[in-house]
Amino acid sequence: MAKVTINGIEVHAEDGQTILDAARLAQVRIPTLCKHPDLPPTASCGVCVVKIAGQRGMVRACTTPVRDGMEIITQDPEIADVRRTVVKLILSNHPNACLTCGRNGTCELQALASEFGIRRETFPNIVADLPRDPSTGAIELEPAKCIKCGRCVMVCQTNQDVWALSFLDRGIDTRISAAGDIQLAESPCIRCGQCSAHCPTGAIFEYSQTEQVWDMLMDPEVHCIAQIAPAVRVSIGEAFGYDPGTNLTSKLYAALRRLGFAAIFDTNFGADVTIMEEATEFARRLENGKGPMPLITTCCPSWVDFMEKFHSDMIRYFSSCKSPHAILGTLAKTYYAEQVGLDRDKIRMVSIMPCTSKKYEIIRSDEMFASGSQDVDIAITTRELTRMIQQAGIELANLPAEQADNPLGEYSGAGTIFGTTGGVMEAALRSAYYFINGKELDDVDFKQVRGLDGVREAEVDIDGRTIRLAVAHGLANVEYVLNNIRATAEAGDEPAYHLVEVMACPGGCIGGGGQSWGVTDEIRQKRIDGLHGDDLAHTIRRSHQNPAVQRLYDDFIGKPMGDRAHQLLHTSYTARPEYRR
Amino acid sequence: MAEEAAAVHIGRIAKQWGKKRGSLIMMLHAIQDQRGYVPRDAALELARQVDVPLARIYEVLTFYNYFKTSSPGKAVVSVCTGTACHLKGAPDILAALGEELGVADGEASEDGNFHLQSVRCVGCCGLAPVVTVNATVYGKVKPAEMRGIIGQWQDRIDAGEL
Repeated sequence: MAKVTINGIEVHAEDGQTILDAARLAQVRIPTLCKHPDLPPTASCGVCVVKIAGQRGMVRACTTPVRDGMEIITQDPEIADVRRTVVKLILSNHPNACLTCGRNGTCELQALASEFGIRRETFPNIVADLPRDPSTGAIELEPAKCIKCGRCVMVCQTNQDVWALSFLDRGIDTRISAAGDIQLAESPCIRCGQCSAHCPTGAIFEYSQTEQVWDMLMDPEVHCIAQIAPAVRVSIGEAFGYDPGTNLTSKLYAALRRLGFAAIFDTNFGADVTIMEEATEFARRLENGKGPMPLITTCCPSWVDFMEKFHSDMIRYFSSCKSPHAILGTLAKTYYAEQVGLDRDKIRMVSIMPCTSKKYEIIRSDEMFASGSQDVDIAITTRELTRMIQQAGIELANLPAEQADNPLGEYSGAGTIFGTTGGVMEAALRSAYYFINGKELDDVDFKQVRGLDGVREAEVDIDGRTIRLAVAHGLANVEYVLNNIRATAEAGDEPAYHLVEVMACPGGCIGGGGQSWGVTDEIRQKRIDGLHGDDLAHTIRRSHQNPAVQRLYDDFIGKPMGDRAHQLLHTSYTARPEYRR
Repeated sequence: MAEEAAAVHIGRIAKQWGKKRGSLIMMLHAIQDQRGYVPRDAALELARQVDVPLARIYEVLTFYNYFKTSSPGKAVVSVCTGTACHLKGAPDILAALGEELGVADGEASEDGNFHLQSVRCVGCCGLAPVVTVNATVYGKVKPAEMRGIIGQWQDRIDAGEL
């Protein structure tokens, strides 16, 4: 414990805590452009300078640990002047193009320029002439807007273990680029968008497709419908002044209807169908000793892409089940089309996702065209929907509560927790228990798989059998789990796990690369709580008890894992090259 | 170099340096010594064999001026831009060579024969300004002499000497 003063206010900081963190104890926010709560400090921007009494010069708060007795000054005119100059210098190598930038209004550099009252350019503006890179069709790189803070590189290399991004060259010529100076689509990039979620400026953002959606909505020849993912409902409110985690499901249905969508469906329904298939698959593998153990979940397209590129030996363990939104897309153009008597080619399905990778998933394999047409026509992110609602002048806060449409709108509590790390596991267990022994669980809360630890291992008892579980999120955490699977398989031992859930983004989809800006673990936890609240608010909390799902199987699909299910609801995997050039 | 032979060569380099931390630069040196630059396929092969991400290899390759990622051509023309040479007119020499070869600093001529680069002090300031072509040193040069020097090397290339 270190007793220090921040601007004369005494606080008790922990040993080793940085000045930046300790200042929060005295209600002081020290500005920074490079330090992000998810990442270790790089001390690259120089904005967080502070003074220490008795010490000459200034130090960077992000990398300086507190010492007992330290007297820290975080604000005086001299400090403000230095910070202002640092911001001006960063601005001198940054395009003066705020009005046409993807981060206009949400940019951290823009906010600092505003806070420091910078009214004119002191230094000549020298901006590198670097081309945009929209090659992935999921995230767009604008290297000219990069301030070289290093957040995206660190997230991509260290937190996600993908190594698609790096800095090239040095000094003034330093630039952000896909690995080995190629296009991002040719690199190992898995399109998770965590780079964009961590970028302080407009150097990386989602590949925007709102104009295509507007065109579809305005086209009188097509029947444009929408589905909304679980994680979107507890994050989009942040852009409209709500607390993180506020569940806006019913207002979002109303907003989508006002945007002009002819029918509003819920991806949570697709999640319930996913569980029907996946839990059946799991129960069969477990019961008959058929198929390899563990079963690994496949709802996350970035995880699937990561596995296909780096760990293709895991394909045998993967569930063949499609992700919820892909399933809903297929059902919309088959089951729903049949019910309303529409030609599937007249239907346009727009998925609203917390995810940049879903833009890729909708064309990743032939099975994404199972209906005969492209099952999902466009996937847009939470941030793109935010802009569409704003453009339409819809006052979200004042909208009435509305319901989703039939037959793909009703969902169980299990479906909604798909949006959080551990949620797919929990939902699968609730139904697998029933599929295995025909009995319902008394308590459906599997708290041991919840939380934000990178890897969570647990054991549960199903009908006297011990089932070993592992949940991982943030792809750098996956290797530990995969190595355990490999080790027991090689030794011919009992499998390390029976069921494994992986989500690429920290926190799962609620921390997705397409969600509202400015995420931290604190916000992730609130969004998770929002989804668990939605789960608790549902009387039906098991996917197999969703009456709309039961109708679907009775009237259309037949049996889970049956012929029609295989044709419409399942997919396959293939090893893919890490580098395309 | 045939693809297979290249992989074997990199295999030898990888074996020599193993997976020891900090030996990436030495391995890249070995590749450049053999091939004159570090081609993309060699960087990819090295990445595979020593399990270092390509991103990291390119971070190193592009950080150091010494490493080249494209073929430097048959004749590497280096203009010293160290302090003494700079004061004695290196910028004019560089400009004259650029015009003669039709390339900018750091580029190879279209036919791939010449590569122009500026380097820091080559260690003979008494001869400033200095130009080297491959291992030949030209001292106290003037911009007007550049055409003649390039001509000599072009003749050698045409004669198949390089």
